[in-house]
Amino acid sequence: MIRDSLILASVLFALGLAGVLLRRNVVFVLMSIEVMLNAAGLAFIAAGARWQQADGQVMFIFILAMAAAEVAVGLALVLALFHHYKSLDADEASRMKG
Amino acid sequence: MHVVFYISAAIAVAATLLMLRQLNAVHALIYLVISLLAVAVVFYTLGAPFAAALEVIIYAGAIMVLFVFVVMLLNLGQAAIRFERKLLGKGSWICPAVLAAILIAELTWLLIEGVGPMYPPMTIGPVEVGAALFGPYMIGVELASMLLLAGLVGAYHIGRRERSGPEPADVSEEAHK
Amino acid sequence: MLDLLWLIPAAPFASAAVLLLVGRRMPRKVVATLGVVSIAVSAIVSGLVAIAFIGSPPPGNAYDQHLWTWIAVGGFHPGIALYLDPLSLIMTLVVTFVSFLIHLYSTEFMAGDEGYARFFAYMNLFVASMVMLVLGDNLLLLYLGWEGVGLCSYLLIGFWYRDPANGRAGQKAFIVTRVGDTSMAIGLFLLFHMLGTLNIQELMARARADWPVGSGLAIAAAALLLGGAVGKSAQLPLQTWLPDAMAGPTPTSALIHAATMVTAGVYLIARTHVLYEIAPAVQLAVAIIGAATLLLAGFSALVQTDIKRVLAYSTISQIGYMFLALGLGAWSAAIFHFMTHAFFKALLFLAAGIVIEALHQEHNIFHMGGLRRELPVAFWAFLAGGCALAGLPLVTAGSYSKDWIIASASPSPALWAAAIAGVLLTSLYTFRLIFLVFFGTARTPVSKQPGVAEQIPVWVLAVLSIVGGSERPAYRPFMAHLFGATPKPPEALSTIAAAAAFFTGLVCAWYFLRGDAPATNPLARFWYAGWGFDWLYGRIFVRPVEWAARVNHNDVIDSMYDGLATLARFVWRGLALTENGKLRWYAAAIAGGTLIFVALVIFL
Repeated sequence: MIRDSLILASVLFALGLAGVLLRRNVVFVLMSIEVMLNAAGLAFIAAGARWQQADGQVMFIFILAMAAAEVAVGLALVLALFHHYKSLDADEASRMKG
Repeated sequence: MHVVFYISAAIAVAATLLMLRQLNAVHALIYLVISLLAVAVVFYTLGAPFAAALEVIIYAGAIMVLFVFVVMLLNLGQAAIRFERKLLGKGSWICPAVLAAILIAELTWLLIEGVGPMYPPMTIGPVEVGAALFGPYMIGVELASMLLLAGLVGAYHIGRRERSGPEPADVSEEAHK
Repeated sequence: MLDLLWLIPAAPFASAAVLLLVGRRMPRKVVATLGVVSIAVSAIVSGLVAIAFIGSPPPGNAYDQHLWTWIAVGGFHPGIALYLDPLSLIMTLVVTFVSFLIHLYSTEFMAGDEGYARFFAYMNLFVASMVMLVLGDNLLLLYLGWEGVGLCSYLLIGFWYRDPANGRAGQKAFIVTRVGDTSMAIGLFLLFHMLGTLNIQELMARARADWPVGSGLAIAAAALLLGGAVGKSAQLPLQTWLPDAMAGPTPTSALIHAATMVTAGVYLIARTHVLYEIAPAVQLAVAIIGAATLLLAGFSALVQTDIKRVLAYSTISQIGYMFLALGLGAWSAAIFHFMTHAFFKALLFLAAGIVIEALHQEHNIFHMGGLRRELPVAFWAFLAGGCALAGLPLVTAGSYSKDWIIASASPSPALWAAAIAGVLLTSLYTFRLIFLVFFGTARTPVSKQPGVAEQIPVWVLAVLSIVGGSERPAYRPFMAHLFGATPKPPEALSTIAAAAAFFTGLVCAWYFLRGDAPATNPLARFWYAGWGFDWLYGRIFVRPVEWAARVNHNDVIDSMYDGLATLARFVWRGLALTENGKLRWYAAAIAGGTLIFVALVIFL
């Protein structure tokens, strides 16, 4: 079951990655990143269960905190992007290249 | 328990897949919440009730509410859905799908190859997690608090600057430097 | 008293450093005082050291002062160490004393020049380098001084740098002597490689022990060092730079290009005379070079029109005498001639400086004349110096040293004849110069009389030119410690022949060489151009190099690096395509990389 949960984690991670590559709308990209982070948390939980230790859950909590910070900044950027370009297309933002 | 695990795992994968092909952001968010809730059930079956609770409260609750707020602020309507359909051109899914399939295949291969001794899941409650969190991981907690503060300040700054910032033309000029 | 030896190079060096750093902001009086006093300190200290050395000779008749170790790498540890023996003592005494007089002269001669501090800084640096050259106890330190004097020579020839011709003369001197210096450096490498030391005394002892007479290595080493000496001392075939070096200020010509630096080659050969004793073929070459140079330069001096160029060719010729003496094994005669030559040639240059200054920078002797009454100081100085140079018998210093050399040449008739012919030539060009400049009708008015600071050195040097040879009886045994006692060659015949040549020259100069215009026949023009050596070298070396530089204008080697740069630019263009600012491409690249690495983990 633990192995299966790790496989589930990798499937979810791969789906999130596919979402990042597939979607051009930055809101969807952010959602896909959330899926990837969640998959990583699942892998930690599974590893913690495998060793019967609390450390996996601790790591999950850290990922949670990180995700919260990331979403706050990311969504602020989405708003800024929308106001500048009147679009949520990530490829539009390629004009920012230096 | 096993049955619950596999059912929720299947729900998580299906919900995520559905999320990926939604054109409406609010619908996608609902599928994402379903996926997160399913993962929370998986946590519970793995003997991590505390993590499951946090998943529900913070991920599916707080973070998703942020998304909902933003989507509402952007006030996307039917035009956004049409735009989204245009963005998701035909065949654009092939490359990501191939990459994801290869990644899943590789990781699964690795996981099946590397079989170690398996212990039955044992419930690890909030007490142990709290003891670990405020014991050996104290510095991590402090760092996480700083990260959250930085995220807060950063989000505030970006949001503020957008309101009183220069006109788009100026920004693009700046960007070309 | 001998421990003060280090002060001799240190005082001028310190003064040069101060003058180079802050001289520009100092008042002229301070600059002159500093420049002259530092040399005076050197001269006084070397006088005291000489008294102490002669009064109570140190053991082994040599004194070694080790100051500090310069480099220590493996078995190679040359020291900053001074070595005092009769040879370096004489050289140091003459160098510091003549330098002092010329510095004193310069305070007045250079008075109006804007580069006053720069001039004294270079001159002081020159004296410091020259003393290092003479006193260094190893060949590396000698080489340091050798290059130091070369640098100062270059800087001072091009001292009036606003005229590009002066800069070119400086470069010519530097490049031509560089040819010799390179040869000398290779010689040093050879000596160190074969004998494992650069300390001169050890080197000589080991060379004598390890190398049989006439061995190939000894010949190679001696020949390579000879190359350096020939370059520095302006002997055949590297003599072409010295006449052009007269572009520098006259005190420079007196000090560097007559009295001291150009005799460094003589010193080098005398210092390493053991090498030449075990390489008799090279020693013979030294004698032949000397004899050929003294004749060639004598003929050239005969037709020059520039007063300083006459003296320059005369210097080349006189150093030819020293080389002749070295080649004949008359080491002490060569050094003795160096000493008297330093006196009378410095005197001649200083007197020439007075003349040039008095006639508004006029260098052409055909525009001078009749200065006997207008410039009596210069006239008497020139007369004393000229008689010493040409070797007025029994009265002047020059005759003592030159007769000694001629007498040493008596075993070899050809060299002896060349030496006597040299005396005739010397007498001819010297008196031609004196008659043209000081007799006849005045052609340019005199505008300036020499002041005290110019007169004192001239008088002192004039006296020394007359009496400087009289210490020969004491000098001979003093040097015998170093060079071994050589039997006193029979001098009577040589002296008579030299005297006859002298008077013949004097009379012929009076009757045939007082014309109003320079000779224009082809032979004279050929001699005037220094036997066409400049033309020849221009054809053989300079033009091909210029041609190669023109052809290779776009450096062939460089094009390789240009190719690298082009390649880098192409790669950059390719890579820049990936930096398209599209977020999804970056993510895809990261994902692709992840796949590859996981695949590596799986399959390896």
